[in-house]
Amino acid sequence: MTTGDGMAVRADRVSRHYEMGAAVIRAVDDVTLDVGAGEFVALLGSSGSGKSTLLNLMAGLDRPTGGAIFANGRNLSELSSLELARYRSHTVGMVFQSFNLLPRMTLEENVELPLRLAEVDRAERGGRVQEALERVRLEKRLTHRPSELSGGEQQRAALARALVNRPTLLFADEPTGNLDSATGESIMLLLKEIQQKLGMTIVMVTHERPLAERFADRIAALADGKLLTSGVKS
Amino acid sequence: MKAGDLGELALRNLREALLRSSLTTLGVAVGVASLVAWLSLGIGLQALATKRLSNSGLFDTVIVTQRRNPQSMRRPPGESSPAKNARLLDEDAKQELERLPNVVEVYSQVRFPTEVRFDGNPYSTIVAGIPASARGNGSFDGIQGGFFSGPNADEAILQIEFAKDLSTQPSNLIGKDLVVRYAERQALSPQVGGSPRDNNAGADPGGFSIVPREMKLRIVGIIETEPAAGFGGFGSGRLLIPLEVASSLRAAQVNDLRDAVRASNGKPVYASLTVRAKSASLVQGIETAIKNMGFGTFSLQDATKSLEVFFSIFDMLLFIFGSLALAVATLGIINTLVMAILERRREIGILKALGAADRDIKHLFFVEASVMGFFGGVLGVGFGWLVGRAVTLGINVYLKRQSLPSTDVFSVPWWLVLLAIVLAVLVSLAAGLYPASRAAKLNPVEALRYE
Repeated sequence: MTTGDGMAVRADRVSRHYEMGAAVIRAVDDVTLDVGAGEFVALLGSSGSGKSTLLNLMAGLDRPTGGAIFANGRNLSELSSLELARYRSHTVGMVFQSFNLLPRMTLEENVELPLRLAEVDRAERGGRVQEALERVRLEKRLTHRPSELSGGEQQRAALARALVNRPTLLFADEPTGNLDSATGESIMLLLKEIQQKLGMTIVMVTHERPLAERFADRIAALADGKLLTSGVKS
Repeated sequence: MKAGDLGELALRNLREALLRSSLTTLGVAVGVASLVAWLSLGIGLQALATKRLSNSGLFDTVIVTQRRNPQSMRRPPGESSPAKNARLLDEDAKQELERLPNVVEVYSQVRFPTEVRFDGNPYSTIVAGIPASARGNGSFDGIQGGFFSGPNADEAILQIEFAKDLSTQPSNLIGKDLVVRYAERQALSPQVGGSPRDNNAGADPGGFSIVPREMKLRIVGIIETEPAAGFGGFGSGRLLIPLEVASSLRAAQVNDLRDAVRASNGKPVYASLTVRAKSASLVQGIETAIKNMGFGTFSLQDATKSLEVFFSIFDMLLFIFGSLALAVATLGIINTLVMAILERRREIGILKALGAADRDIKHLFFVEASVMGFFGGVLGVGFGWLVGRAVTLGINVYLKRQSLPSTDVFSVPWWLVLLAIVLAVLVSLAAGLYPASRAAKLNPVEALRYE
């Protein structure tokens, strides 16, 4: 699904300001960014640059204080809370630095969770979970709990959970941040494979330029909430 | 999220914090138990009072009298006239009363003063005739000995106080004989009475003379309280005999003098008749029908209503008192759910990131609250019932020591069980309102940052 002009997501002069007493924190300030359908874009920047905030805005987890985010042909700012939840459920998949698997659930239950939230029929769920776990090569760890998995496996499980609802947009917030370089590379390869095989649009936040340069189609660099460059792969 | 999934997730969450959930549920159970125990006490006492009063014959009975013109008492002699539509309370009227719907029986009152001879000593008392139907209506529950062997048996049942007058060991009186001395009416011929009227059974149209008689009766039972004491029925009789026997004695009664001079067109006339209804709730309709027939009536309907009002207020007070513990339990639920929000803040963030709507989160907390409420309600009903049983046991041990008959003061009807469980769920849902709303409003970005 695109915005109608081949763009999967468009941030149009988006700002996200926080008021901390008298001070105003400009986490994202007047950023315009287009992400094409099927494109792999890396948001690159140091800590506090606003890249995660921009990602959260595009993922519908937060609302901008200025500007607009267009996805699915709609302005996310104008969506109700329920519509935004549906957007997150049906259009977006999310992967986090710290995996965010629920520790008391098995792998199968964790991956099934988005299907429950999307009210997918129970009969259909088993096959969808199996398919998602096969895609990340964890189909034999169905009954394991997150604590019984390695970091890489947990991130792959989180990726399976993000894919199980067959979203068109995948947002990854520092997906390799908690992994060693070899495991991080395997996750990046997996992301690239998913982008190529499923034609999925991926927006990834990272502070590791080498990874971004190697796997992303385009890099958008941010600093102090502002977009410095976009589309440059040095 | 679908209801089934909500339920599964809620149960999983409660299992994860098993100790806290169990303690909260237990708190609800204690609150519900308190409510059930107090209300079942009120209901039990009401049932007990109603049963006792119903068994006493006070509330399912209408006393029928001939309607009199109240103004005739104030008019000069010779000017008094019968009330409009006044009818004679004769045999025809009795049969008509018997045909009224929901009437079980109609009988005349027989009560007369006697002198009892027992063990060579005289005792004055009142004899009252008792219909055979009194045996089955519970008036004689707890009787020492037994009821009359038949409607025409020459047997007597003594009221305990009278029995104590006769012997220091009342229970030893059962099986012994006593002699009743009474005044029998003997009809005079019309010539003697000076009036050429027929001498019908049950009436002495020509006047009557009094002849002392004696009758031997065997004591078969001793009763603690007089049935229908002080009201219609058997009155303040302390020596009870079968109604048929009492009627056949033709004993002179208190109102015989008045009846002797009253014009009755030669038909037997009753001073009053007792009409017994199928149940107390039917008395009002019967009373209205009898009034429409042209008779005066008297019943204790108003007293019944007052009793109902009293118990309604009593039950309400018990409900409020019992609800206090449930109110405390509500705070426990709020506390548990607020703690759950703090502990599951990150989880709520994850759920929202994965597509959970605010209402999904709200519903999840509501289901958790109602599950605790439901199980608390079920447990509470059980606890409340156990408390009732234990208290009843204690009361009955005490009553036994006081040589009083055992009784059941607690009653847990099915509607109370249902009410308690529904109330527990509703109160839990109300307790979950604030935590659920707070959880639903959590910002997912902030929640995901929470460690």
